[in-house]
Amino acid sequence: MTRFASMRGWALTLIALAMLPFILPSDYYLGIATHALVIAVLALSLDILIGQGGMSSLGHAAYLGVSAYAVAWTTRNAGWPAYAAIPFALALGTLTACVFGVLALRARGLGFLMITLALGQVMWGAAYRWVDLTGGDNGIRMQARPVLLGFDLNNATNFYIIVCAVLLTTLIAIYKLDHSALGACLRGTRDQPRRMRMLGHDVWKIRFVGFVSAGFWGAVAGVLYAYDYLYVGPSALSLPQSAEALLMVVLGGAGTLAGPVAGAIVITVIKTVVSSYVDRWYTLLGLTFIIVVSVMPKGLVPGIRSWMKGNRA
Amino acid sequence: MQFWIIQTLNSLAMGGLLFLLSAGFSLIFGLMRIPNLAHGGLFMLGAYVGATLLGQSLPFWLAAIVAGALVGALGVILEGTLLRRMAGNEQGQVLITLGISFIIADLCLLSWGGDPVPLAAPRGLRPPVFLAGFAFPGYRLAVLGFALAAALGLWMLLERTRLGAMIRAGVDDREMARSVGIRVSRLFSAVFFLGAFLAGLGGVIGGPILSAYPGLDADMLPLALVVVILGGVGSLPGALVGSFLVGIIYNFGTALFPDFAYVILFLPMVVMLVVKPTGLFGRAMR
Repeated sequence: MTRFASMRGWALTLIALAMLPFILPSDYYLGIATHALVIAVLALSLDILIGQGGMSSLGHAAYLGVSAYAVAWTTRNAGWPAYAAIPFALALGTLTACVFGVLALRARGLGFLMITLALGQVMWGAAYRWVDLTGGDNGIRMQARPVLLGFDLNNATNFYIIVCAVLLTTLIAIYKLDHSALGACLRGTRDQPRRMRMLGHDVWKIRFVGFVSAGFWGAVAGVLYAYDYLYVGPSALSLPQSAEALLMVVLGGAGTLAGPVAGAIVITVIKTVVSSYVDRWYTLLGLTFIIVVSVMPKGLVPGIRSWMKGNRA
Repeated sequence: MQFWIIQTLNSLAMGGLLFLLSAGFSLIFGLMRIPNLAHGGLFMLGAYVGATLLGQSLPFWLAAIVAGALVGALGVILEGTLLRRMAGNEQGQVLITLGISFIIADLCLLSWGGDPVPLAAPRGLRPPVFLAGFAFPGYRLAVLGFALAAALGLWMLLERTRLGAMIRAGVDDREMARSVGIRVSRLFSAVFFLGAFLAGLGGVIGGPILSAYPGLDADMLPLALVVVILGGVGSLPGALVGSFLVGIIYNFGTALFPDFAYVILFLPMVVMLVVKPTGLFGRAMR
């Protein structure tokens, strides 16, 4: 019953998302929807770590940033076509995750959080100060989105459809991961690392594979990010960007597929609406953090689910 | 030669500042088991408040202590109102400190604007000091001396007083400290005041060197993290040694390879994580 209800929920959501380009009055709103779904991919990737592995990272924007910079730099400065730039960006982002994983997985819990934060800040510092490579605070601008398979992505609707398709792929891949042996092992190392070790599992390796998978999907979000904004600056891999992704997961509900997507949509809408009136987004972001963590630590989606169950009973 | 001597002194002064910042950070982490991510924000707030107090023509050291006390009071209020309610949920507490840091940064930007606010060094310490034929910037020598005095004072507090003994007991084993009748939650307030006070004080004392600017918090927080990763969590000698190491590496890195200062900083952290993840003076976290 619940499984059917959740399938029906997903089907309705997907239909609604596919209809959006025909409902929304202008490309401006479609652009906001696109931003939300791009960042939803990042939130989903972070939830592999948090929801399945129980590891909260504050450096997750690094993979998005590295991969977005890789796309922008190779396209702009080396003239690479998209089909070369994208695999390169994914590889570089995943490689960054490998390096981060080797270092951060030496610690657990808050030590892990602190090391990922420090590593993320190092990447931010490099992007900000290594002006010759990254353009410093000015970042790198791209001219246009590519034409893929006869599909001109400069058209807002076309690009939105591609983002939807990538999001759907990410959802399916993460669903498969959650329901695979690896997903079960990740949850095992989260809940009972000692027992897992006794059962003969290599706890470090399981965590590392989970960490790098999260990094790979973060890099996917980075490719979308670069083509979405056609601009990459240091803010793409700043601490607030990592923190926003974490907030999306916590707000929506860690360990659920719908949670990070819902969190990404809610936060992006709030951010867009607020930024059009006042300039105090960071104060609001901070307040949202405090309110979400103290009032609904489990997040929106589990909260709504238990509320609906209560109503039915 | 003059370059190396001056840069060494600059490094040591920076190390002293980092000690003021990270001693409290490390103690809070050791006792409450949370990295206080608002610590960079408290440092920056101290610098801004100090600049305003100096503008009211308060004497420098008085301004530093008043700014430190104000920031310390803010720390106690935040701990008592926001963090205490989340006792036991350490990840939630960390996220709250992160939220606080965003609010502090944004409100500082609102109150003091986007341009750097300079802080003037005390008049008597502005002229250079001549030693063995070399000119030393007097203020940096004073900062180094002050930081060493603060380290000695903290050491006395922790090793020679009843409060210090209770804090050490709490850092070593919180549950055991509770069960022998120490009110650990009161210690949280005390340590939070001490940590925030030192951070705010450090902000003012660092002001003539760094000045107060938006982003100062984001520049300082990673330095405190690296100090604690190098020195070990909850250890005062670790914070002292780590601070001077980071001060030296950061300062020479900035002077010799300005593009890569942040990346160079990250190398000793990598080495430490690979060789001894608990840091120089740290023990495994329970």
